[in-house]
Amino acid sequence: MAAASTAIPTAAEAWRETLPRRGRVGILALIITESVFFSIFVVAYIFYLGKSVTGPFPKDVLSPPILNTICLLSSSVTIVLAIRALRAGSIRTFGIWWFITFALGLEFLTGTALEWHRLIYHDSLTIRTNLFGTTYYSLVGLHALHVTVGLLLILLVMVLTMCGYMNDRHVERTDVLSWYWHFVDAVWVVVFLTVYVVGR
Amino acid sequence: MAGSIDHEIALGAADDLQSLPFLGKLHAWVVTVDHKRLGIMYIAGGLFFFLVAGLQAATIRLQLAVPDAGIVPPQVFNRLLTMHGTAMVFLVGMPILTGFFNYLVPLMIGARDLAFPRLNAFGFWLWFFGATLLYFSYIGGDGLYGAGSAPDVGWFAYAPLTELPFSRGNSTDYWILSIFLTSVGTTATAINIITSAFCMRCEGMTLSKMPVLVWLAVVVAFMMLVALPPLSAAQAMLLLDRFLGAHFFDTQAGGSAILWQHFFWIFGHPEVYILVIPAFAFASEIIPVFSRKVIFGYSVMVAASCAIGFISLSVWAHHMFAVGMTPAGNSFFALSTMLVGVPTGIKIFNWLGTIWGGKLRFKVPMLFSLGFLFQFLVAGLTGIMLAVAPFDWQLTDTYFVVAHFHYVLIGAIVFMDFAAIYYWFPKVTGRMLSETLGKWHFWLFLIGFHLTFDTLHFAGLRGMPRRIYTYQPGRGLETLNLVASIGALVQGVAVLILVINVLRSLRSGDPAGNDPWDAWTLEWSTTSPPPEYNFAVPPVVRSRRPLWDLKHPEDPDWKYE
Repeated sequence: MAAASTAIPTAAEAWRETLPRRGRVGILALIITESVFFSIFVVAYIFYLGKSVTGPFPKDVLSPPILNTICLLSSSVTIVLAIRALRAGSIRTFGIWWFITFALGLEFLTGTALEWHRLIYHDSLTIRTNLFGTTYYSLVGLHALHVTVGLLLILLVMVLTMCGYMNDRHVERTDVLSWYWHFVDAVWVVVFLTVYVVGR
Repeated sequence: MAGSIDHEIALGAADDLQSLPFLGKLHAWVVTVDHKRLGIMYIAGGLFFFLVAGLQAATIRLQLAVPDAGIVPPQVFNRLLTMHGTAMVFLVGMPILTGFFNYLVPLMIGARDLAFPRLNAFGFWLWFFGATLLYFSYIGGDGLYGAGSAPDVGWFAYAPLTELPFSRGNSTDYWILSIFLTSVGTTATAINIITSAFCMRCEGMTLSKMPVLVWLAVVVAFMMLVALPPLSAAQAMLLLDRFLGAHFFDTQAGGSAILWQHFFWIFGHPEVYILVIPAFAFASEIIPVFSRKVIFGYSVMVAASCAIGFISLSVWAHHMFAVGMTPAGNSFFALSTMLVGVPTGIKIFNWLGTIWGGKLRFKVPMLFSLGFLFQFLVAGLTGIMLAVAPFDWQLTDTYFVVAHFHYVLIGAIVFMDFAAIYYWFPKVTGRMLSETLGKWHFWLFLIGFHLTFDTLHFAGLRGMPRRIYTYQPGRGLETLNLVASIGALVQGVAVLILVINVLRSLRSGDPAGNDPWDAWTLEWSTTSPPPEYNFAVPPVVRSRRPLWDLKHPEDPDWKYE
């Protein structure tokens, strides 16, 4: 954009400036459809609350993963700081905040893995144990799958940054990726409230 | 300007592809990201499966032509029924509409391609793989069990009857995975259409100057985003049940027997509108051109379509009146279903208003559009009848319902698909379809359609249940079913005429020129077929009918809009 502003904009360029950016509209459309996908699993979770015929039940085995939640939600802040740094042209600061975002996301995923390990080996709860297991693993697992996809994309950008390919021409794309990451975090708020607050 | 000329030269080199040998041509089609080629591939694929699933329907009608017929055994009949329904929705209706939108939306908004061309190709190949997978089930559905081949659970695949104990083998898995894939592909197209319409419009084309077809494409794309995930999510749950032993639809473990029905119809009813709104879109482009008038009530048309899209998300349980919901639930869904008739009625009046006082030209696309108007009205009226819950209790799961939804799917959607083929074929291929053969196609198809589906209403009123593979003599169903089957034969002959017409025109049709119908939207301003880059110079528009402004500089539209 900086280059375009030095020349006198033509009518066509002025028109194009009034249209929204492709990446943003596209990612918003993806977020809409993903939200509906998640909401069906949330509906199934709530619909089957208290319908399990046998134990273990949520109140026996679940405890809210506070540290995980703090990590994931704060990664939304660090990714904003990273993009702000990129916009200001500071690739180094961007790299640091981006790495912290990745680390926070990875902590969340590790926390989920540990929780599942405890539930499976200590509490004998699997996806086939009862309706609670069925709905719990599918809802939390669906979210963890999205975190994994997000982390892989963040890792890709991190590797490209370390190889020196990152510059301020990629602000728009990185920003679009951050919108997806915010969406994954926002979904966690809903999942957290459903599973650990309402459902316990 | 210099940049655009260089661009043209570079793209002109790509046109030399025409002279490539067969393998080179095939390669060019496989790796293409051009919205026009992908659109053609969607439509061609859809028409191919239309013939396949149509032959399956013909076999069904043959079996039901006389009582106690033994042409196909019951298991084979169930597979035919399932594959016919599933294929007609996901392998015919969906690709034909995404194909037309793929082809037309960039041309109509004056863009060179969709917003994400590679995503577009990805979506097409996902759809293609899913479609192939569905029919591969005839070979692979056996699994290791020696239990069945193609899916036989109905296109709605009601759980728990699709759970592992009741559906052995892999036939249901093929149904799940193939439809899941086509849904993901369709979602990619939906994202593309929304983004293109919002971000790629040519200079001067504000949202209120977009052609009606593009507006309706956006409405359909939004509905796809919202309506397809419930089906995909439910299919994921069913897959977890079948492979990992989860209990979503397992009644023995406390699971629900009707949760699937809710999830399926949350998808299933908006899906009907996803299929029919493109028919509205074609009608809204074709009827004005052949009435020589602007569309009556543009903004009301757009608003009514948005209203239909919105209301149709809250009517799904009218498919489930017989399940035993609460009176409040029944009343809500009966009323919301009747409510959706209001904007639909507005649209019908607007099309009539467009025709009223027009200088009508009864070309084949217009004939099919008029057939659509009448039949869609009848389908809407039987729809309102079925929205009355007590009436539905009497007639649910009878041939009355079958006749009603075939009136929508064939009488409205297939008729408008045919109209669209006759209307845009000259643009896509550069050659006209024969009017004479087209009229034979129209009249035979119209007669065949009414022979089949008018009579099936009465078979339903006499109590003939749907999905049965045969019936006994002496119940007053023989004549009706025989007439219906004869009608199916007549429709088959009509479709054969279309096939001959298309093949003949591809070989030796009259050259079409840029604008054979004297139309007004941007796709007619470029050559037929359009070059790979659509427009050498990006167009600038000032009204909803840019070509009218060009042809009539003394009386342009933008003075009045």
